[in-house]
Amino acid sequence: MVDNPNNIEIKPGDFEPLDKAAGPDNEKIAAPSLTFGQDVWRRLKSNKTAFTSFIVLILLFLMAFGGQALYHQNPNDQEPKYANLPPKIPGVGIHGLNGHINQSGADVDAYKQAGAGSNVHYILGTDYLGRDLLARIMYGTRVSLEIALIATLIDLTIGVGFGILSGWMGGRVDMFMQRIIEILSSIPSLVVMVLMATAFQKTGMASIIAALALINWTTMARLTRAQTLQLKNQDFILAARTLGESAPKIAWKHLLPNLSSVIIIQTMFTIPNAIFFEAFLSYIGIGISSPQASLGTLISDGQKNFQFLPYQMWYPAIVLIVLMLAFNLLGDGMRDAFDPKSKR
Amino acid sequence: MRKYLLKRIFYLFLTLFIVATATFFLMKLMPGTPLQNEAKLTASEKASILAQYGLDKPVWLQYFIYIGGIFKGSLGLSFQFSDQAVSYLIGSRMGPSMQLGGQAMVVGVIFGIILGAVGAIRKDTWADRLATILSILGIAVPSFVLAILLQYYLGLKLGWFPVAGWEGFAYTILPTLALAASPLAETARFIRTDMVDVLSSDYIELAKAKGLSKFGIVYHHALRNSLIPMVTLIGPLAAALMTGSMVVENIFSVPGIGEQFVKSILVNDYPTIMGVTIFYSALLCLLLLLTDIVYGIIDPRIRLSGNGD
Amino acid sequence: MENPENVIEVRNLQIDFHTYAGEVKAIRDVSFDLRKGETLAIVGESGSGKSVTTRSLMGLLAPNAVIKGGSIMFHDEDIIKKSEKDMQHIRGKDIAMIFQDPMTSLDPTMRIGLQIAEPLMKHKGLKKKEAVAQALEMLKLVGITNPEGRINDYPYQFSGGMRQRIVIAIALVCYPEVLIADEPTTALDVTIQAQILDLMKDLQNRIDTSIIFITHDLGVVAGMADRVAVMYAGKIVEYGTVDEIFFNPQHPYTWGLLNSMPTLDTEGGSLSAIPGTPPDLLDPPVGDAFAARSDYAMKIDTEQEPPFFKVSDTHYAATWLLHPDAPKVTPPAEIVRRQKKFAAMEKPEPPIKHVTKE
Repeated sequence: MVDNPNNIEIKPGDFEPLDKAAGPDNEKIAAPSLTFGQDVWRRLKSNKTAFTSFIVLILLFLMAFGGQALYHQNPNDQEPKYANLPPKIPGVGIHGLNGHINQSGADVDAYKQAGAGSNVHYILGTDYLGRDLLARIMYGTRVSLEIALIATLIDLTIGVGFGILSGWMGGRVDMFMQRIIEILSSIPSLVVMVLMATAFQKTGMASIIAALALINWTTMARLTRAQTLQLKNQDFILAARTLGESAPKIAWKHLLPNLSSVIIIQTMFTIPNAIFFEAFLSYIGIGISSPQASLGTLISDGQKNFQFLPYQMWYPAIVLIVLMLAFNLLGDGMRDAFDPKSKR
Repeated sequence: MRKYLLKRIFYLFLTLFIVATATFFLMKLMPGTPLQNEAKLTASEKASILAQYGLDKPVWLQYFIYIGGIFKGSLGLSFQFSDQAVSYLIGSRMGPSMQLGGQAMVVGVIFGIILGAVGAIRKDTWADRLATILSILGIAVPSFVLAILLQYYLGLKLGWFPVAGWEGFAYTILPTLALAASPLAETARFIRTDMVDVLSSDYIELAKAKGLSKFGIVYHHALRNSLIPMVTLIGPLAAALMTGSMVVENIFSVPGIGEQFVKSILVNDYPTIMGVTIFYSALLCLLLLLTDIVYGIIDPRIRLSGNGD
Repeated sequence: MENPENVIEVRNLQIDFHTYAGEVKAIRDVSFDLRKGETLAIVGESGSGKSVTTRSLMGLLAPNAVIKGGSIMFHDEDIIKKSEKDMQHIRGKDIAMIFQDPMTSLDPTMRIGLQIAEPLMKHKGLKKKEAVAQALEMLKLVGITNPEGRINDYPYQFSGGMRQRIVIAIALVCYPEVLIADEPTTALDVTIQAQILDLMKDLQNRIDTSIIFITHDLGVVAGMADRVAVMYAGKIVEYGTVDEIFFNPQHPYTWGLLNSMPTLDTEGGSLSAIPGTPPDLLDPPVGDAFAARSDYAMKIDTEQEPPFFKVSDTHYAATWLLHPDAPKVTPPAEIVRRQKKFAAMEKPEPPIKHVTKE
């Protein structure tokens, strides 16, 4: 508000009509315009926890899949005379990383005791068969991730396909498909997996993947269906239908892109779930079996010596926990990032 | 409502029937017999043992006998403990499992609600972050790792609690804690998400406009509205507890169903595996049904329209 | 208080919102009065800041809002300076609010009787039983049939119109001095709208409350308000009595609004939309914010902000068109027709005095 209107300074020509063409743009939008993807990425980046988790996951993946290029130890090479050696990093004097252990109160150089030369050192120590623990953890992480990723990919395919079909068809088909999901999800998932794993014993990875995929897809299917039902009646889908586009084409071109955020977020929670169940099965002894290793078997092996050589369980356990944490935190972050309501 | 209930009960039986059938044939695919020390047995001894288990009959007949048995409450005989009925085995081990599961559920849900509510009310503060970290740790640390750590550090090193066994309440503390972590984390996450939603809803805005205090708003409006959907978590939580109990009971030597299940898996005691599978499924189905009924009763939003999905 | 007739005096209110892109200047220097017993309508498109203004009266701004300046005087006290605790004693008791969507503004898990009784328990210290008994009276007052039988029902058992009646009952149960109605009929069917508006008018007389009525619908304003303030881009651009705004509008934006409103006596003319979109308040334009969309924009509109020019004792408009040096323009035909009607209504019409307020 102008306090003293008499002070208004009027210049000649002030009351000339404005040339509309040269005038200010009446559709101007001052906020920087962002595509949906850019917006999601921006919000994900601004979420420090999620972004850190993302970096941590990349590092873990690099370690699991590329680590062996840098660290040439074979995870299955046994060296019985060097069994149960504690971690030793050359040049590091901290207890726990210098190859020393407490034996009945006395500090003992375990490497000397085992008769190992000064050139022998295991960064994370060895297990009860004298296998290099670091190499085994890298290998085990890779197996765990492979199993989880393949299983997730399978239940992604089944779940999304089932969900779209069920939601799109509606009516009796939907009813029937929903009953299937209802029945499947009222069976404890663990029981299914134990059964599967027991029934196809000795087939290792494949049976675990099958078991994981079989039980995890129902959640994905349910979410996809709910979303499809919502989208189905929205105008852009109706428009596509009216224009005579075929159902598969609509599903691929219009439905999937709009389902992607739900799918991606759910995937971020399916993966750690699969990692957990794989570790669980391997831990109770019906998953991956020797000489193959996964984080679950490593923890199970390490547990036997936990009282005396805690590092044998701690290290694989830490990797498993960090992996689970990172996936869950990233999933949380993505859920926030994809949700425009939480725009800050 | 009654029609809906009947329908649900029908589906419950259908589910169990499918589980029993699938389990039966999966188990038939596998090698293994109740014969122990097979080499020492004569042919007639073998035959009589097989006959005792009904394994001399054709598979389809065995199937019908098995399904028929279930209706009479019989789940067959254990391979491992040759004279014990599986149903008896389960019954004798139900006590410790139920006690542990119940305790863990109560501890987990109560602390989970507190953690989740604090996170939602103090959203984006350090308290929220702490609550979030705790609840995500509860999900990220597998129960078997947590159990081992608790057992070693609190049991063995500090000597605060018995390390293993089942001889009184003190023995239940560590396994309860190990089991409670997962329901605690799930509850906290659920309540936080739900309550953040509720707190941003119009009726909370109206409650603010009424001049209610922050505590009044949370206590009278937000909490109730967030707790009602929590009922739907009972099923998943129970399933998580079953999973957890298998390793936790094993680690702490609790004579429960989970411990027996793992043992049976390792020695290929098929009748017991089948029996426990059906038992677990029945328990979960029943809980899901109860959940639905309870939800329908306590949530006025769906009280009338509670006859469908 | 400058004027004892006023219940609320808002002066030079400025509110910003922190967002990722910067500071959104949502309210830019807004001043208005609310008189005892009157209904003041605040009209504007979405985003013009009308809801933000009224939320600030309740102390219910979003956490990312910052009050940059100004004052909101209520009973000789500045609401802006009050603590949250003090505000809790004002909200629901002295100033109450009705929200837009009755379907979502009631707690779905609480019996409606208790929801109406809550403010009484909080502000009047009544026991639950007494409070619910008064809630019953209130239910009768807002026209719920069979209130005794329905007081223990849950919200889902009521239709939208009935729910809005309940929301009104909640708002009025403590007989507040000021009632803020934030688009209370927007979410309702047209027939129900009229009922709710009638109810509000009726209750206003009985309870003797002042109403701030926020809406984007000028049609609703006509029958409801005593005075109207038109908001655009975080500012009030014109205010006056209902007749003045409807029949003698001065600001091109008000012209546009009226022109886009269907009336029964629109003679053959077609409705016209206001071209363009409101400016982005991250970076408000210099001068008259409406210039970019106005057919009557002049050079000065892009350089200087127009002050309020006085049209009558009750009618002010912030547009350079009212400046004595400004060329005489002819408003859109429909507006001319309205102005003719106005002149007939209260002739002789005083010549427009080109003096700004104070």
